[in-house]
Formats: sequence, structure tokens, C-alpha cells
Amino acid sequence: MSILEIIKEPWPWYVAGPLIGLTVPILLIIGNKSFGISSSLRHICAACIPGNIPFFKYDWKKESWNLFFVLGIFLGGMIGAFFLSNPNDVVITPELSAKLATYGITDYSGLVPSQLFSWESLLTLRGFIMIVVGGFLVGFGTRYAGGCTSGHAIMGLSNLQWPSLVATICFMIGGFVMALLILPHILSL
Amino acid sequence: MNHLENKNTDSEGINASQQKESVSGNLKYLIVGIFFGVVFVKAEIISWFRIQEMFNLESFFMYGVIGSAVAVGMISVFLIKKLNIKTLDGEKIEIQPKTFNKGQIYGGLLFGFGWAITGACPGPLFAQIGTGATVIVVTLISAIAGTWFYGLIKDKLPH
Repeated sequence: MSILEIIKEPWPWYVAGPLIGLTVPILLIIGNKSFGISSSLRHICAACIPGNIPFFKYDWKKESWNLFFVLGIFLGGMIGAFFLSNPNDVVITPELSAKLATYGITDYSGLVPSQLFSWESLLTLRGFIMIVVGGFLVGFGTRYAGGCTSGHAIMGLSNLQWPSLVATICFMIGGFVMALLILPHILSL
Repeated sequence: MNHLENKNTDSEGINASQQKESVSGNLKYLIVGIFFGVVFVKAEIISWFRIQEMFNLESFFMYGVIGSAVAVGMISVFLIKKLNIKTLDGEKIEIQPKTFNKGQIYGGLLFGFGWAITGACPGPLFAQIGTGATVIVVTLISAIAGTWFYGLIKDKLPH
């Protein structure tokens, strides 16, 4: 197998996880930046629609590195999808596949399931909840918690901060409650 | 107190450097972001399916990713402190401590709901759009609206 073919295969967790972990020291060393992504959403608010809200009155330009970082993630997503993409469907566990089939989700060709997240589905109740309400909860919840998976679960835990452990546990509890108890009802809509 | 912490807010993702980055200086972060986005896509971390498997306890994959990322991060931060490693510009590396408030519980639970619905945290949203899932722009705008709404009603929320 050539190197490019190996790169095109889905990467295992023990490659991806350490590479993500390395982002922590890289950002610290190249410019004293603490890893955190949800803060970019706050900087976008501060730059574009600060209103008269004190929470958005700060020197967002000093934090503009974060906006370059997320622009990079967007471009990286493009490169990964268009130049290094795995031509096969996403492989999912038989348990999940059986469960999803009961909701009519059978297309695994994209990382984002097109049967749930598409412009057509946006106009359905199910699609609206998943695309719009879900996004709102992500933005509201991460800022209320003071960070997301990167800021708390990775950066905060790396620095042994117990409030980040509390936040991470709550992320997981929320996720379990939603995925196991509430999402089945949303998917049935 | 740093400039992000007006009224007991957080300093997630803070720039602790004293220097202002120029546009060319900021290109470094664009490059790190690109690398990060490629990892997101190639390990399928941005896949809604992977997140469902995680919350249905059907696969070890995401636990392995997050666990090994935290392990590498912890060792790195430990070494940076222990060896007193400086930034490339010779500055002392500063990491803001996180202070506890109830927002980490309430906000954490709400983010958990959103994470399981959308299958994405904020970082993956940007990468998902990059892969061509254009409708996720709506999810991103909604997340920005959620952040803005938090800023608006923040003082009325329990913290």
C-alpha cells in the first residue's frame, strides 16, 4: 500500500487522539495560546454583533488567532474531504445501523448523514430541531459552561483543572440523556 | 483579571501573549487549524455516526480519541511547567486556571444535549462545512446566535 493510500484510510483513534493532544503544546509554544474552539463563536459575536452587551465588549482583535484557527479547521475539512477522502461509506456498528434503520437512516456515504442534515430536511420539524435547535444548544451551552470539548475536556483536563472535569462529566451526562432518552423521539418525528 | 473576564466570564482559548499578532503571525494558527481539520475528517471524529456510537456505548473509538488526546495534553503541560519551556518568542507560558461556577453544570448539560443532536462540538462544525455539508452553515449561525443569547441574558442565569 502506498503512503497516500494509508492516509486515505480512516485513521485509528491512537493516531488521531495523540495528534489532537499535540495541539495543546503546539499552540502554547508558538504563541502562548490556550487551546479552545467555542471561544471563536464569542469573538464572531464581539466582532460582528456586539450590540450593547458587556460580554462582547473586549479586544477581540487580540484574540483573532482563534478565528484564523477555525478558518484553518474549515480548510482542513475541505482538504481532508476532497484530496484525502476515503471513497468508502462510513463503517458503523451493526447495533447503531439496526437502530438507525428504524428511523429510515440508511445512507452512510457522508460523515454528516444527508438524510438528517440537508437543506430539504431543514424545512421539516425533525430537521429544524436537529440543525437549528441543536446548533443553538451547542453555542449557548458551551459559552454558559465556559468552554467545549477542546477548552474543557482537552485543555482544562490537561492542566488538571477540576472545574473542567465537572464540565466534561456534564457534557457526557447531557449527551447520554439526549442520545438515549430524547433523540429517539426526535428521530421518530 | 484578563480582558476577556469582564464580569466573571471565562477565558477559554485565551491569548496570553503580550504581543499582538500580525496577520502573518496569525497564519501559524491557520496552518495548525488546517492540520487539525484534516485529523478531524480523516479520523471521522466529525461524523454524526461516531458521536452516536459514543453516546450509545457501542464503540470505544471516541473514548480512545479523547482519552489519548487528554493523556498527550497532560504530559505536554506537565513537561512545559516542569522544564519551564518558553514560547518561541521567549515568553513565559501562561495557562489560565478555570474557576468553578454552576454554569459548568447547567451549560455543560445543555451543550451535551446539543452535542448528541448535532453530532458536533464547535470545532467539528467548521470542518463539516469544509467537507461540503453546506447546511451546517445554518447550525453554525444558530450556534453563534446561542452564544449571543447567552451574552444577552447571562446576568439573569444562575452561575
